[in-house]
Amino acid sequence: MSARVLSQLAALEAESIYIFREVAAEMQRPCLLFSGGKDSIVMLHIASKAFAPARIPFPVMHVDTGLNFPEVLAYRDRWIARLGLRLVVASVQDAIDRGLVSEEPNGSRNRVQTPVLLEAVERNGFDALFGGGRRDEEKARAKERVFSFRDEFGQWDPKNQRPEIWGLYNTRVFPGEHIRVFPLSNWTELDVWTYIAHEKVEIPALYLAAEREVVEREGMLYATNEFIRLRPGETTQVRKVRYRTIGDANLTAAVESEADTLDKIVAEIAAARITERGATRGDDMVSETSMEDRKREGYF
Amino acid sequence: MASDLVRVATAGSVDDGKSTLIGRLLHDSKSLFTDQLEAVERVSRHRGHDYTDLALLTDGLRAEREQGITIDVAYRFFATPRRKFIIADTPGHVQYTRNMVTGASTADIALVLLDARRGITEQSRRHAFLATLLGVPHIVACVNKMDLVDYAEDVFEAIRDEFGEFATRLRVRDLSFIPVSALHGDNVVTRSRKMPWYDGAPLLGHLERLHVASDRNLVDVRFPVQYVIRPQSYEVLDYRGYAGTVASGILKPGDPVRALPSGLESTIASIDTANGPVDEAFPPMAVAITLVDDIDVSRGDMLCRPHNMPSVVQDLDALVCWMDESASLDKGRRYALKHTTRWARAVVKDVSYRIDVNTLHRDQGAIGLSLNEIGRVQLRVTQPLFVDPYQQNRETGSFILVDEGTNKTVAAGIIAWAPAG
Repeated sequence: MSARVLSQLAALEAESIYIFREVAAEMQRPCLLFSGGKDSIVMLHIASKAFAPARIPFPVMHVDTGLNFPEVLAYRDRWIARLGLRLVVASVQDAIDRGLVSEEPNGSRNRVQTPVLLEAVERNGFDALFGGGRRDEEKARAKERVFSFRDEFGQWDPKNQRPEIWGLYNTRVFPGEHIRVFPLSNWTELDVWTYIAHEKVEIPALYLAAEREVVEREGMLYATNEFIRLRPGETTQVRKVRYRTIGDANLTAAVESEADTLDKIVAEIAAARITERGATRGDDMVSETSMEDRKREGYF
Repeated sequence: MASDLVRVATAGSVDDGKSTLIGRLLHDSKSLFTDQLEAVERVSRHRGHDYTDLALLTDGLRAEREQGITIDVAYRFFATPRRKFIIADTPGHVQYTRNMVTGASTADIALVLLDARRGITEQSRRHAFLATLLGVPHIVACVNKMDLVDYAEDVFEAIRDEFGEFATRLRVRDLSFIPVSALHGDNVVTRSRKMPWYDGAPLLGHLERLHVASDRNLVDVRFPVQYVIRPQSYEVLDYRGYAGTVASGILKPGDPVRALPSGLESTIASIDTANGPVDEAFPPMAVAITLVDDIDVSRGDMLCRPHNMPSVVQDLDALVCWMDESASLDKGRRYALKHTTRWARAVVKDVSYRIDVNTLHRDQGAIGLSLNEIGRVQLRVTQPLFVDPYQQNRETGSFILVDEGTNKTVAAGIIAWAPAG
């Protein structure tokens, strides 16, 4: 803090806090989308700092695909209780049972999350949803606003975005519309990890390297769990792996790693030459525009 | 953790090599991942390009790939051990002014690209004008494609002289010139051996060393109250913190402050963060301020020093950039206006003139503004605003207009002049 210059992490945190406060002050019913992934964990951490010593003045929503790592659910419940928040669960399994959506043949519940999310938004009357999206993740996200307007169908129109000038965010919506707000827009994966290490933010142990039983599929390593069933001819082996992202337990691959501490993770990410999605997500490899298409439909 | 955060705005069309330059910065600073590069190489091959088209890195949306255009502002990141950079990358053709204004509004540095073969163009003039208007403190002019003029010093110097003269008229605060070849990497990250006559730093080194901290206004204390923290719990029953981001100036516990619009005075009791109280707050810190006295302060109010106050005005003399394609700004029309953390309603009293962004000519006969036009406008607002001229204070000198019928953000405005506070 010499010469009154904020470090890049302090500047990024200050920007995120400003965004949280702006939404809390101007929107009627905001809500924070929590997945248990590192980005939503950092988001929750910064939200708690933005309103300290008061509680976070909005609820947390989890779109529960039913395919969660058990460690993530435990983490979620522990932190919701610790921060004294209300949790809204939008259940994909429940929506499948009710016939709102149907299971996709490939077993991915990624795309069917969208109608479940939008239904929960409507039912609860949320007019602002905080998401952990970052612009460095993906090309479509690089062009999305911090305050990303959604019409009454939850759709994103990349050609019709509100200009965002200075920090003067336009939060106005008509009834039935909402805004997705991305407080971590300007963070990179390395920023997130450096921040977690610096602030000593608690994270699920899945992110840390450990000896785990894995099966190799299409060049990726999947740790065996209740959602990963061995196919004929497949064998398991024990490797030292960790998760670089955490999504659904049936689709998120682990990466070989020696990083069993936060500092080692930071060093590993700093040297990484492959993006986190390229390294670990079966669901993002479908097509060059799959993220854009999902976002247009109302995805996170 | 000693690195700081710097925002760079750039603009230009595909042919002046802007995307290649950014791609080169990302690539040579190792901020590009192999799977991203492979995807770009794959598409380049598929389209039959002879070289890897780094522009594909920045063109992300389906319509852009299908039409070969860039739609909107894209944000790119790269970091060196010294600095993290956020680049607001804007296209050169469609909606040029709107996007350029958006990118430049928060930028510390504007990167203007000049083609060594073509010299100063309308676009480069327009870019420099908008960057200056938006108060970007540093302009770095990259004279690109030096390889196509045999790396000739006299070509570079002629462009530098001509552009320098234009910039003087604009009152650019800090202007520097770098001869580069983005395609071959000359003077981008490493020094070019083909231009021994150039003794300055390559682009990246220059961006790393530009001193941006002193650009901030640390003199005039302005603290727009964003949110009042009042815990509804027994542990901290009487806590009342005025949360906000420091717009300018330095605040310390014990400092006398005056709250606007009430004019009531008090003293700062503490400056709080979730990590504990701090000795001082400066921009852009996000803090919560507690006061010694129980005075009425709410969102939209502003804390300042008793003897250094902004202008409290209901008449705004402003330069406005119109950003809406479906309607124009006309005399007599009403809009919602957001300034710092305060909303008001505004009516257009008069349009004084429109500025031609290419020639800087002032058209006094203008009666309105349409998409991408900039003009001097007089506004009357429903409640007092606490403003400073934009050139003194980017935070308290800026506002947006919102159409209440569509909720669209239709204009960016800067306070051109204000009576002394």
